[in-house]
Amino acid sequence: MLAAGLRAQLERLGGVVTSTIWRLGYASRFLAYLVLHSGTALRRFRLTIAEIYFAGVLSLVIILVSGLFVGMVLSLQGYETLQRFGASESLGVLVALSLVRELGPVVAGLLFASRAGSAITAEIGLMKATEQLAAMEMMAVDPVARVVAPRFWGGVISMPLLAALFSASGIFGGYLIGVQLIGVDAGAFWSQMQAAVDWSNDIMNGVIKSVVFGVAVTWIAVFEGFDAPPTAEGVSRATTRTVVTSSLAILALDFILTALMFTGGSR
Amino acid sequence: MPQDSIVEIRNVSFAYDAAQPVLRDINMAIPRGSVVGIMGQSGCGKTTLLRIIMGALRPSAGSAQVLGADTAKLDTAALYAQRRRMGMLFQFGALFTDLSVYENVAFPLREHTTLPEDLIRDLVMLKLNAVGLRGAAALMPTALSGGMARRVALARSVALDPQLILYDEPFTGLDPISFGVITRLIRQLNDSLGATSLIVTHDVQEALGVVDYVYFMAAGRVIAQGTPAEIRASAEPFVNQFVNGKRDGPVPFHYPAPGYAADLAVGTA
Amino acid sequence: MNRSTIDLWVGIFVAIGLAALLFLSLKVANLASFSSAQSYKVEAKFANIGGLKVRGPVKSAGVVVGRVADIRFDNHSFEAIVTMNLESDFRFPKDTTAKILTSGILGEQYVGLEAGGDATMLKDGDRLRLTQSAVVLENLISQFLFNKAAEGKDEKK
Repeated sequence: MLAAGLRAQLERLGGVVTSTIWRLGYASRFLAYLVLHSGTALRRFRLTIAEIYFAGVLSLVIILVSGLFVGMVLSLQGYETLQRFGASESLGVLVALSLVRELGPVVAGLLFASRAGSAITAEIGLMKATEQLAAMEMMAVDPVARVVAPRFWGGVISMPLLAALFSASGIFGGYLIGVQLIGVDAGAFWSQMQAAVDWSNDIMNGVIKSVVFGVAVTWIAVFEGFDAPPTAEGVSRATTRTVVTSSLAILALDFILTALMFTGGSR
Repeated sequence: MPQDSIVEIRNVSFAYDAAQPVLRDINMAIPRGSVVGIMGQSGCGKTTLLRIIMGALRPSAGSAQVLGADTAKLDTAALYAQRRRMGMLFQFGALFTDLSVYENVAFPLREHTTLPEDLIRDLVMLKLNAVGLRGAAALMPTALSGGMARRVALARSVALDPQLILYDEPFTGLDPISFGVITRLIRQLNDSLGATSLIVTHDVQEALGVVDYVYFMAAGRVIAQGTPAEIRASAEPFVNQFVNGKRDGPVPFHYPAPGYAADLAVGTA
Repeated sequence: MNRSTIDLWVGIFVAIGLAALLFLSLKVANLASFSSAQSYKVEAKFANIGGLKVRGPVKSAGVVVGRVADIRFDNHSFEAIVTMNLESDFRFPKDTTAKILTSGILGEQYVGLEAGGDATMLKDGDRLRLTQSAVVLENLISQFLFNKAAEGKDEKK
């Protein structure tokens, strides 16, 4: 009896693993097709610009405000701990490195996934459900090239810019709280920051991370939308899956990239 | 074939899963310039047949010759080239919701031609006028009623003056006035463009009033065909039930179930 | 939303995004200094480099004049070989001393150069002959304890 139940569970687990791997392969083929057919999106750049607007510009408010608050909190919390070691002048270093290396790309990525990623999935899914994609195909226009590719490149272009804006906003927030409110010396704040933050190691690595996250999130968003069952329930579940899968992907990729970039470099 | 056929379906069978065939050995010939109806119950396979004609599906057996080419043998580029000579009206219009009525009708012109803007404008206004919606050019699809949306979709599907126009359930959910409008438009556009029209529907009375020939399908097979007069007079039991809207006949009223007494809970002791 | 408004907003978005990147690169990091400076290589051997890291600063009179490029171990002399990139604008005499110092008491370690008096200047690939190793905290503590113990013994006498 127990063996039968256990066997059923194992079979189910095996089924889940194989279907996940199969789906990943299917999604990869979709990405390859999408990239190969991106000619329209790049030649008629108007389409991509419209998507940069919907993914990037409309996320500006949440990114800037969140960045500001994160920076302010970092400053407050950081000061509490640093001043115990008499190192409160290193507050700028703490805020800048945390944001540029980690929080900027990751938090901006998570916010992007939930705001823009879900919107992209819902939009493509609904277009599929209302037969707009089929109508386009009937009019001899490839829906992947015309609808999906511009959204993909719009997201990939927007993401690094949003991450940089998040970090800049956060550092400004950290400055506001640290220097203006708490009273850390402004000169020490900026000069120690400049001495500690390295362009190629910290800033560029942060940019690389945000590009990787942008690709991951937008890929997941367009795939889930394109693959969604053409029903109301199907689209809503696809939207949820986008947010969940993107968030997990960001955190997992962050771990891998951090391990590659920031450790094993110094002797 | 005696007449010039735009579409020839020869021994076409189709199944997603071999145990449950959707289409069984279908034979049809659609003559040039005619309006032909494909009718039957929901699930009889008529929409699948339409998709095969469109080239979206490949038949499991047999061949579909559309506009002189076998759809299964076309590569993507050739298929797209063929589709530019066809127009399709989807069940609820399938207008692009982020574009205005004008932009929707202009879409195929913009994608497939390099005509200057003022020429495109004239063509769009021409098509919209043909369906009576020239004044609605600036509206967004969400502001249109069902009948109006379908008319705009019709204008869009004939934007490139196609040779073959396909209609997937064009009468679904329309009020009587819109019914009359759409049926007249189907006939007018077909004749003025010199095109051929294929209507998949289960709205019998409306369709019989506009088509030249009818194919009746049930369970994946063609069970009857003829002119509207022949169909109306048909003695075939299924056709008879369908055309006259009889409650019971070859398509039973009751879904298969065990005996009635067995299902009741009270008073069987 | 018409096309020109969208274009405007996207333009603004990209512009401020790039401005943020520029801000981060110039004001937050140290891009402005060092990116295009010409440099020459100088080597030095140390018995103990302590916590010196690659990319650590090389300072003279407290001013950054270069960066540590490479740290290797010499298996024959059992010493550390530190390679430094010095800015071409700064020339040092051949008898310059290199010491490993700490910023603050517990801060990061750097190489401090004290210029000698030789007329000949260091060239690319030269080696500094006079070096002083890092102060290892444990040695300092054990020396302190040793001294304390010696003092105690003297007093008892």
